Amino acid sequence: MSVVPDTTTKVTFTDNNTKFNTAGVQYIINPYDEMSLTRALELTEAQGGTVTVIHVGLADSEPSVRKALAIGAHEAVRINAEASDATLVAKEIANWAADKEFDLILTGRESIDYNGGMTGGLLAAHLGLPFVNVVSKLDINGGEATAVRDIDGGKETVQVMLPFVASAQKDLTEPRIPNMRGIMAARSKPLTVVDPGGASAKGQHQSYEMPPAKGAVQLIEPDNAAELISILHNEAKVI
Amino acid sequence: MPHFPNKEEKIHRSAKQDLFQAPDFYAIDDLLSEEHKLIRDSVRDWVKKDVSPIIEDCAQRNIFPRHIIKGMADAGAFGPQLPAEYGCGGLDYIAYGLIMQEIERGDSGMRSTASVQGSLVMYPIYKFGSEEQRKKYLPKLASGEMMGCFGLTEPDHGSNPAGMVTHFKDMGDHYLLNGAKMWISNAPFADIAVVWAKNEEGKVRGLIVERGMEGFTTPETHNKWSLRASATGELVFDNVRVPKENLLPGVEGLKGPLTCLNSARYGISWGVIGAAMDCYDSAVRYSKERHQFGRPIGGFQLQQKKLAEMLTEITKAQLLCWRLGHLMNEGKATPAQISLAKRNNVDMALHIAREARQMHGGMGITGEYPLMRHMMNLESVITYEGTHDIHLLILGMEITGENAFV
Repeated sequence: MSVVPDTTTKVTFTDNNTKFNTAGVQYIINPYDEMSLTRALELTEAQGGTVTVIHVGLADSEPSVRKALAIGAHEAVRINAEASDATLVAKEIANWAADKEFDLILTGRESIDYNGGMTGGLLAAHLGLPFVNVVSKLDINGGEATAVRDIDGGKETVQVMLPFVASAQKDLTEPRIPNMRGIMAARSKPLTVVDPGGASAKGQHQSYEMPPAKGAVQLIEPDNAAELISILHNEAKVI
Repeated sequence: MPHFPNKEEKIHRSAKQDLFQAPDFYAIDDLLSEEHKLIRDSVRDWVKKDVSPIIEDCAQRNIFPRHIIKGMADAGAFGPQLPAEYGCGGLDYIAYGLIMQEIERGDSGMRSTASVQGSLVMYPIYKFGSEEQRKKYLPKLASGEMMGCFGLTEPDHGSNPAGMVTHFKDMGDHYLLNGAKMWISNAPFADIAVVWAKNEEGKVRGLIVERGMEGFTTPETHNKWSLRASATGELVFDNVRVPKENLLPGVEGLKGPLTCLNSARYGISWGVIGAAMDCYDSAVRYSKERHQFGRPIGGFQLQQKKLAEMLTEITKAQLLCWRLGHLMNEGKATPAQISLAKRNNVDMALHIAREARQMHGGMGITGEYPLMRHMMNLESVITYEGTHDIHLLILGMEITGENAFV
């Protein structure tokens, strides 16, 4: 589970555009991970089992981990390392999960801040498990799962044996909002902090820049295609 | 006009997304615990998902959305400050206030339903009820399986509850209750009513009256221009036989109902901040989107004055409630302190609703925006649970020691 800036955050940078400015930023559970968690809960409620939330991050993200417990996860593990990139996160989770028993690891398809979309695939590779990416429907029947994944222009249905890794797409389910009972129960659920296994990031951020400001809109009459082509060619230089 | 949608009558769900963002100009969030924030944000998310899309249609058509009672209970809105052993939240008064704030951000009528249930029905049963009464009623009230209402105000006795005429007689194996109560939130659908009535010695006592008792009716109050998504009614007692075990044993005199009102008024002080924040949020957004004379209206001084004053008043109210919440937690809050907060904050919210309505121009008149709904709702809130003027007199008496009521 990743923790990301709230979707209403005003993004700014510091240190000569080399660092994201975290001042005043509110953090939330990555929405795709929230869907993963909710689907995991639905599956265990129907078929038994437990859900463990795994988070790679520092202590300041614990409110979000506690929220995951309030939503319904049975226990949580926080691997105490800064989640500086997907290679580190995937390796740390793989280190932790290597000697654990599980049927399924669900990740989000991507985090909504850096949008790398790599953690699930890397994790599956580290663990030597099948990986089903961008899953919008997931059901488990005995030792086998059926997953529907979004592909260009359509859907693909795949069957996969447990255990496996899957990444959640937005239609997987509707995320749950914690209720009072869940929040009260979360107080006493285990949140274990474990030391990192020493994985290192493979890359580092050199600099950031904001997208260019939106220009003025130029309206062209529908029957004046020649002018449109001329503008696209000579001014915008895109054709 | 029906209050409850029948099977054929669908509540329209608006597709408009609730983009609300709460102002926190003095970083008051830093004064809250992580759990407070989780509770508040969860209720806020629930309101955005289940209340905002339907509230306008409910208010316009005078429908009480009964189906959201369960969601409200799940959110912890019913008696969150009462102990967990009775199925309640076991939370502190800050959490209670934040829940009221978020629900009233959606609608004062929704918050009224929660206030009545938690502070005026569950609280007296907890505080003045027997252990049997607590066990019998509180868990069901907390889960929303059972809904309650509170009968104090009468047609001829509003600000002066001591003059009440509703009374009961000891008939040996039961009490015989006669009288009528008015302006009762939740009355039309409540399963039980906590009713304050005089015994033969003229002492005010509390009785739990259950729907279905012969002679007990709850006619609905029609044609309200306020709290239109909440159900209001009367309680009429015509020789109602009330079992003796339904008497609240723990209190005698007006102290009983007034203690309940203290708890509810505290919740209102927080709740109306929610209504004010919703109006402010809408006004800020509109001031950036709406262009006149070639620029956003937010660029004009008169609009900025309105926004600056709104934010100032909201921030003051937030700090007032935060401090009052801590006094409540420590059991030190006085009725006069609660009066000050209720009076100040409701007036603040009503003023902001009117100013925000002005800023929205003609659009502010329509149901496209929440301003008129909040404004009309707040006309009730400034009247119920002690009017604006009565709270002023409570403060006046506190300051001078002179009773100016009579």
